[in-house]
Order: sequence, then C-alpha cells, then structure tokens
Amino acid sequence: MSKMHLKLTVNGKAEELMVEPRELLIHVLREKLNITGPHIGCETSHCGACTVDMNGKSVKSCTVFAAQANGADVTTIEGLSPHGEMNVLQNAFREHHGLQCGFCTPGMITRAHRLLQENPTPTEEEVRFGMAGNLCRCTGYQNIVKSVLAAASELNAAKEAAE
Amino acid sequence: MNDQTPTSVERSAKLKGLGVSRKRVEDVRFTQGKGNYIDDIKMDGMLFGDFVRSPYAHARVKSINIEKAMALPGVIAVLTAKDLEPLGLHWMPTLAGDKQMVLADGKVLFQGQEVAFVIAEDRYINADAIELVEVEYDELPVLIDANAAMAPDAPVLREDLAGQTSGAHGARKHHNHIFLWEVGDEAATDEVIANADVVAEETVYYHRTHPCPLETCGCVASMDKVNGKLTLYGTFQAPHVVRTVASLLSGIEEHNIRVVSPDIGGGFGNKVGVYPGYVCSIVASIVTGRPVKWVEDRMDNLMATAFARDYWMKGKISATKAGKITGLHCHVTADHGAFDACADPTKFPAGFMSICTGSYDIPVAYLGVDGVYTNKAPGGVSYRCSFRVTEAAYFIERMIEVLAIKLNMDAAELRRINFIKKEQFPYNSALGWEYDSGDYHTAWDKALKAVGYDGLRKEQAERVAAFKRGETRKLLGVGLSFFTEIVGAGPVKNCDILGMGMFDSCEIRIHPTGSAIARLGTISQGQGHATTFAQILASEIGISADSITIEEGDTDTAPYGLGTYGSRSTPVAGAAAAMAGRKIRAKAQMIAAYLLEVHDGDLEWDIDRFVVKGSPEQFKTMTEIAYASYNQAIPGVEPGLEAVSYYDPPNMTYPFGAYICVMEIDVDTGVHEVRHFYALDDCGTRINPMIIEGQVHGGATEAYAIAMGQEMAYDEIGNVKTSTLMDFFLPTSWETPTYTTDFTETPSPHHPIGAKGVGESPNVGGVPAFSNAVHDAFRPFGLKHSHMPHDQWRIWRIAKDLGLHG
Repeated sequence: MSKMHLKLTVNGKAEELMVEPRELLIHVLREKLNITGPHIGCETSHCGACTVDMNGKSVKSCTVFAAQANGADVTTIEGLSPHGEMNVLQNAFREHHGLQCGFCTPGMITRAHRLLQENPTPTEEEVRFGMAGNLCRCTGYQNIVKSVLAAASELNAAKEAAE
Repeated sequence: MNDQTPTSVERSAKLKGLGVSRKRVEDVRFTQGKGNYIDDIKMDGMLFGDFVRSPYAHARVKSINIEKAMALPGVIAVLTAKDLEPLGLHWMPTLAGDKQMVLADGKVLFQGQEVAFVIAEDRYINADAIELVEVEYDELPVLIDANAAMAPDAPVLREDLAGQTSGAHGARKHHNHIFLWEVGDEAATDEVIANADVVAEETVYYHRTHPCPLETCGCVASMDKVNGKLTLYGTFQAPHVVRTVASLLSGIEEHNIRVVSPDIGGGFGNKVGVYPGYVCSIVASIVTGRPVKWVEDRMDNLMATAFARDYWMKGKISATKAGKITGLHCHVTADHGAFDACADPTKFPAGFMSICTGSYDIPVAYLGVDGVYTNKAPGGVSYRCSFRVTEAAYFIERMIEVLAIKLNMDAAELRRINFIKKEQFPYNSALGWEYDSGDYHTAWDKALKAVGYDGLRKEQAERVAAFKRGETRKLLGVGLSFFTEIVGAGPVKNCDILGMGMFDSCEIRIHPTGSAIARLGTISQGQGHATTFAQILASEIGISADSITIEEGDTDTAPYGLGTYGSRSTPVAGAAAAMAGRKIRAKAQMIAAYLLEVHDGDLEWDIDRFVVKGSPEQFKTMTEIAYASYNQAIPGVEPGLEAVSYYDPPNMTYPFGAYICVMEIDVDTGVHEVRHFYALDDCGTRINPMIIEGQVHGGATEAYAIAMGQEMAYDEIGNVKTSTLMDFFLPTSWETPTYTTDFTETPSPHHPIGAKGVGESPNVGGVPAFSNAVHDAFRPFGLKHSHMPHDQWRIWRIAKDLGLHG
C-alpha cells in the first residue's frame, strides 16, 4: 500500500515518518515511535486505554487514522512527566491507590489531565461523567475519582498560592 | 557502638510491615507509562501471528486454501492442523484432562475457533492475509442449550470421543457428557428432604460471562536455534506451569525453556489457561527461526479465550417450621463448551462447588455436577473467585432467600439462626471441607447495624404501601449476602494442576549492606505483590519493606510455584515468604549470638534486631548481622544469608464476609440505582488495608457488572452476541456504585501470619448482594426467582410479568 508523509509533534518533539494512510495513530505511536505508554484494550474506542491528548482534546488513538494526526500536537502519558518525576495527578493516583494492574492508567491519567484543563474544579459527579470514556477493570473507579478530585484540589491550591 | 536512639515505635514504623497502608512501589512505573506489558515487548526480526477464526459454531471444514494469502508480500507462512499434525500439536491436552484442537482438525465446534495461523511481517499485512485465506465449511446442527445436551438425538459434537465411555473424571453417559462429579450422601439427603416440614426448590442459572481483563492475552515466542533455548514471554498467571506444559508438548527440555510473565494488565482467571495462540507462536518461531508475537484483539478474547460460570443449578433445601435448615440437594448442569478446558485442581472437575453449603450448619447435603459439551468456547475459569466458589455462593444465597419466602421469614434472621457458630470451628461441612475459622454472627450483626437494617425494612414496607396507593413507581430492595470463600489452594495431597502440587515458594537473598531481594512463584496482575510481599518480609526479618525488591514471573530466576489465581498468593506464597523469612531469622540469631558472644537462647527478637535478654543495650541489628554473614568466618555457619521455602499449606483458608446492597428500582423503565453498598470482609490478618480496600472496590464492581448486565450471550445458531465492548457490559465510572468497606479480623489458625486472601471475596459476596436486592424489591409482589443478569430489560420484564405495569 502506498505510503504518506506524516508530520506531527509528539510530547513536544517534532516527528516525521512514512506511514500507510490506514495506519492507526496508536500503532504509529507504539510501533514506530516506541511510545508504549498508551495501550490497546479494545480497538473500538470503548475502553480508553489508548487515550492521548491531540490538539488539546482527549482522543482515543485506536480509532484515529495517522493521517488525521498530520500536523497535530500529541501528548501521551510520557509527555506528562518528561523528566521522570511524577506530576500532581500521577502522585495523586499513587497516593489514593487509583490504579492496580496499571494497564488503563496511562489513558486514565491522560484523560484526567485534560478534564482538569476543561474543568479545574469538578464535582465528584463531573469527574465520574468526564472519566466515563475510560474503563478500569481493577479499581471500581472509587479511588480513581478520589485521585482526580485530590489532584484538582492540590492544583487549585498551588494556583491560589501563586496568585 | 550501637545506636539506641530510635524508639521501638520508630523502628517499627520504619519497617512498613504488616498492617500498614504502604503506598505501592509499582505505581511509579505505571503512572508514568513505563509498565512493560506483553504488547510492549519487541525483539529484532519479530513477526506477527494471528488467527483465521471460524464464523460458524459447528461445521465441517471441507477445505482450506492458503494460496492467495501466501502470495501477499510480507506473509511468511500459514499454519493449519495439517502442518501441526506431524509434530503431534494439532491437538493439545487441557488442564481438565480433556484435549482441545489447536487448529481446526476436520471440524469447528464454536464460533471464533482457531482455524489457521497466519505469520506475517506486521499486523496490517497479517490482517489482510487473514481475509485471503479461503475456508470452505459445511454447517452442522448447533447445540447451545446445555439442558438439551444429553437429549438422545442431540447433535454429536466430539466425534473424536466416539466410543469412549469414560473420561478423565469417570463414566460418560452420553456422547455430549463429560463427567458426573458427586459429593455427599444423596440417599440420606433425599430422605431428610422427603420428610421435612418445609422444602423450597428452585433452579438458579448463573449465566456465562467472561473475565475480560483490559489487556487481552498474548505472547512472544523466541526460539534461539543456536543455543537451543526457547524464550516465551506471555500473559501467564502461572508461568512455571506454562514452562512445564511447553516442555511436555514440545519435547524441549525444561531447562532450555524460559517463561517470563511481564507486567500483566489484569487476569481475573482469563490468563490461567493454555491457548492455541501460545502453541502456534512457539511452532511459528521454531519454523521461521524468528521471534513471533501473538496478541488477541478484544473480539478474539471474548469469543475464544476462557469464559466463566454457565452453571444450571437445581436446588432443594429443607427446614423445620422454625427455620432450621435440615438438608440441601444440588444438581448442576455445567456447560463446558466444546472442550473441557476448565482450570480446576485435577481432582475437582467442578472446582470447590462443594462449598455450596455456604456459611450454614447444614447437617446433610449432596452435590452432583454433570459436565456437558456445547458449541460454545471452552474455558470455565474462576473469574475473580476461587474455583467455582462464586457459583456456590450465589446458589446458596439464592436458596436461602427462596426458603425465607417459603417460611415467610425475614432472610437476615433465617441466616442468623443457621450460621455455623464461632465455637463450632474448625467446622467439618457435610460436603467434606474443614472450615478453619470464623465468627459469622459478629460480622452479621455489625453489618446489619451499619446499614440500619430494621429501619430499611420499615422504609421498604412504607414504600410498598405508597406504591400500592399509586404515589410512587419506585421500589426498594435490600440485598443480603453472607459468604464463605475457600481459597489458597492448596494442600498438595489433594490439589494439583496437571500433576503439579499446588504449593508455592519464596527465595530470599539478603545483601551485605542489609537490603534484600525476594523471588516468588506467583505473579502479580494488579494485586500489588511487589508492595505487600515486602511488607510480610519486613515484619519477619526486620528489614524495611523499602529495602526489599520483590521479583516474580521469570522462571529462570524465580523458584517454582503454581501462580496467582484463586486468591492463593497470600495464603500460599505469602506463607512461603513468612517461612523463608523465619529461616533467615534463625540463621541471623546464630550469627548475632556469635557476635555478641552469648548462647543462641540468650537472645530475643525485637522488631529489627536480636537483643540479649535482660540486657537491652546489647544487640545486633539485622543490617549488622547481614554484613557479618558476608565478612566474618563464623564457626559452623555457612557464609551468606539466604533462604528458600516451598510451602505446602495444611488446609485452605476460609475468608468470609457480609455484604448488603440497598437498591431503588423503577418498575416502568427497569432502571436501578444502588443507594448504598456495604461490604464487610474478614480476610484474617490484614497486610495492607489500602490494598484490601482497593481489591474490595474492584471485585464488587466486577460483581455489579455480572449481576446487572454482563453476559456472554449466544443466539440459537451459536453466534456470539456480545463479542465487543459495545455489547459486553463493563461498567464505567458513571454507573459504578460507591462502596462502604468494613472489616472484622479472624486470623487463620494455620497460616503463619493468619492471612486468608481477599481479592476474590467481593466478587463472591457481591453478586448475590446485587441480585438479592433486585429480588427483594419484588418479593412483596410475589417474585420468587428470576435469572441474572438483571439488566434493564429483564427487570422491566419482572415488573411486567408481576402485573405491575397496570
């Protein structure tokens, strides 16, 4: 199959590569760019394990063609802690036991990261609604919701202190 | 000089041992996307394998034409049963003593069955090639209903078994019969029931479902032809057993096989079995000389790898007029699908279903299980439970409710008067188990009080009255559940998998500077072993959990163990860890005695050191002892500080708990809302309360899914109707209830630290709690029993059938 020239920014780094137009973004990230944080859980956009941030929106990269990502700015879980130091959300997930097997976690945190940009002061209900596109089989969500709410409080407190 | 400054409280806190909600060490990697799961593994020259699968549930395979597929650039090979036959690998033995086709041999027996294995340079070429493989089928009559399997004219599924009148578990009565497994005294049970004051009868169906871990199954096989070594990475809940099986099947000597379970994205029983994908990947790697990766997609996972449940349970329970249970009779028709690939200890073809007398003192009982073949996927694993314990708990907890209706009695009170009493432990059940410990009445009273049970019953009565007056369309259900689990398989004398006794193991090595590494025969899939096993050891050997690395899953380095499923890691490997720790301590005591120039017996253990009795200023810390073990010549003591323990548990452990679900149900829409869910667990000694609570939340959510909508549904010609996450219900954060957790603590008397295991209790206790809540809401209107899952449609049907829609 003929290939196309794909240019995109991933975690702040400009990438250029040849791909088949039918290739999925998740495969380009995982197979070609060695970014294996986002996972594949269903390939039908139900589970959210592949969630990445694309141009300021949460997308499920298993149902985005690489071609659709041409020129896009993509952030994955790896981009949230580029220097190996856990950020506020990552710490909150650890502190509140918001993960178990860890398979959904990269997508979950990447989604939570965007959710808190969209709504920095969510209620529990808003977190439950806003995270409903990401499935977890281990935690029953209770501690995930707790983690996201705790991270929101901490981020807001830091913002207030800075002002 | 020794530094005595830290107090014992400070020293104890520093260990982060038993009972501490220690934060998980795994999370630093996982939260940053640095986990290493099967699909993250890449090797030079790696190929991709995937299956051509059957679209039919039962058909003869007339021909397979691979020409067009082979002509596609990038396709390396297409394997069929014919290619595997000369190697004797077109069929493989199952864990249950049956055999299973690796690739379709003349016919297919379920939709999604593996027909051919395509090996290609990448996933996309592979997907294209699968479309190009031409298979001609002749459809055969399909058998989906397990209850019709033994009809005289039922379709013959397993032609390979023609004329075989007995199988791995005794006589076969019919061409679709696998076994009859019986426990208890049927004649005595029948007699008691025939003469009883009150008898309640019901058929309880526990529908087919699937563990559906978020990560599907997969492997990477790499045969190094130069040194003759096979490396197999895979999503294995029991890597050591996989190594033994791989050796037996392939003829490669076991020392030349290395099996590695990397990080596993959830298992819940789905990753216990041995699947055709593993066999084909190994063969493909041997044939091509290149590493081969096979990873299922979600449809493959749901359609073809191990399902759970599918038990038709017919029960009779008898009691006195006052409600004292006198007998229990249970017959199960067990749908095992096309091949008997259940994952149970060899001598237990229906797992521990014989725990079906539950938490009650029932003097006489009988259980008979008929396993049958149908045109469904093989499997029958324990989805977040010990072997078939969810089925048993659901059965007895439904029978109790049905009996309460018959007696016109409160179901909480009926449970209370029948519980095994605290002073009866260890208790020998009518079906042969020795329950190690329990205090059911205390747990039950605590639970009922916590939810305000009497108030709920009053509210429910008022609600029914208001409903009848036409003031509300919502009903209130109070779902009760009291469960006893049987986990930690198990004593080698009666539990084995393919002949391997179900012990487990731990090997500890203390480094000269006082940190340590411990390796175990288990494998974490989210349970947090790297965190909790270090806590057990910290309390035993006085080294901070933060200074102990835990490793599992690499058969080249870890001691042999039977793996992680059936809540066996803490009861068995956890015990091995404690015992290995005690060996370390025993040697440390000799070293300390030498260093302090006293007799061994003059020393006592104090948190992280040995102290001379009556002379607290004279001591040696574990760090000092570790160093001495490497740098001093101690007469009569070998250098180094290492220990290994293979632990064969004397008995199972019996965690228990009380779960109560308060549910609102809209009779017009069938929509439910969980208002309160209370979960009290008694898992014996608590190692890490944070992790226990997390396990309860997760297990209860899986129970919620199963009870309220999750199923593997088939149409009459065997099409899987729930093969994607569009149709197969996995609850999201939106509909999942919030849980209140609680506990009592009754340590196991035979476990070195008294721990019992917890990961599966919430699923075992949760399903009856949710289901009973639905039933309880409709009890005032005459509902006796209705099959799960209680999705919106089925709840609406209950209301309609009871005439509540006017």
